[in-house]
Amino acid sequence: MPLLSVFEWLAHTRASVAMTESIWAFPIVESIHVLSLCLFLGMTTILDLRLLSLVMRDLPVSEVATRLLPWTAAGFVLMVVSGALTFLNAPVRYYESLFFRIKMAALMLAGVNAWVFHAGIWRRVASWDRDAVAPFSARLAGGLSLVLWACIVVAGRMIAYRWFDKVK
Amino acid sequence: MSVLSFFQWCAGSALGTAIRDSRWLFPVIEAVHLLGLALMGGLVLLVDMRLMGLSMPRKPVAALAREIQPWLIGTLAVMLTTGVMLYTSEAMKLYYNGAFWMKMAFLVSAIVYTFTVRRAVLAAAETRVRPVWVKLVALVSIALWAGVGIGGRAIGFY
Repeated sequence: MPLLSVFEWLAHTRASVAMTESIWAFPIVESIHVLSLCLFLGMTTILDLRLLSLVMRDLPVSEVATRLLPWTAAGFVLMVVSGALTFLNAPVRYYESLFFRIKMAALMLAGVNAWVFHAGIWRRVASWDRDAVAPFSARLAGGLSLVLWACIVVAGRMIAYRWFDKVK
Repeated sequence: MSVLSFFQWCAGSALGTAIRDSRWLFPVIEAVHLLGLALMGGLVLLVDMRLMGLSMPRKPVAALAREIQPWLIGTLAVMLTTGVMLYTSEAMKLYYNGAFWMKMAFLVSAIVYTFTVRRAVLAAAETRVRPVWVKLVALVSIALWAGVGIGGRAIGFY
């Protein structure tokens, strides 16, 4: 089944119709999506800055990561649920949006980056927890995370502009 | 000079006109405004959650607040700069936009509160202020800044 027909099928689900037809659902869900950035991306950025030794150098990396994790996780759930509902508002329009595709590609890369970090250098965190400068691969993961999430936010904002859509 | 004529002057300024005439300037500035929101909101939350005893328990409140302060001021400067740019490009629309005025009321309150009450409590939290008041100070901070964010998003829906 081609991807477009999946999106067309999604557009006919009850959740999608409800999102589209309600006057209030989209503004509320969209506002939650934007404000959850503070929780999810704010905490993610703070951890990335710690990996780059730019904040809270007096605390071990693992301490910062562990304390931030529950808030980052809560923010992630809010982002995904409100994001999925925003998407269901107009699945076929998002399918056609170049910016939406860029956002999804960058999201996958951010996921891969996080996975590589956790499966790799994070396993040996005890050996570099208090180093003045974290190992290169940890700093690389932090830097890549900052760049990728910035791309995701910018591309996400640009979805509102239908510059490259075939059907306007 | 009345408020209306000030808004008209802003809308007609070289900056406002340049942003309005460009296809991509407004979206780019708005995207930077959003990136600033993520970090600034995160920093406010981090310190307020610390005040409520919900994060970084091994870092004293005053030390955390001192360290975060320059980051907070830096991101606030980015927000205000990009915000003024966005405002000049659509000042006349905003003059008649109720959400914009709500956002400005929350913004002034949040800034005044952050640099007076909250700042004083952050410096004294662990010694002289009763825990229940400290938690209330953090909650009011989150509520005021949330009002700014909700007002900002509502401008587009108003």
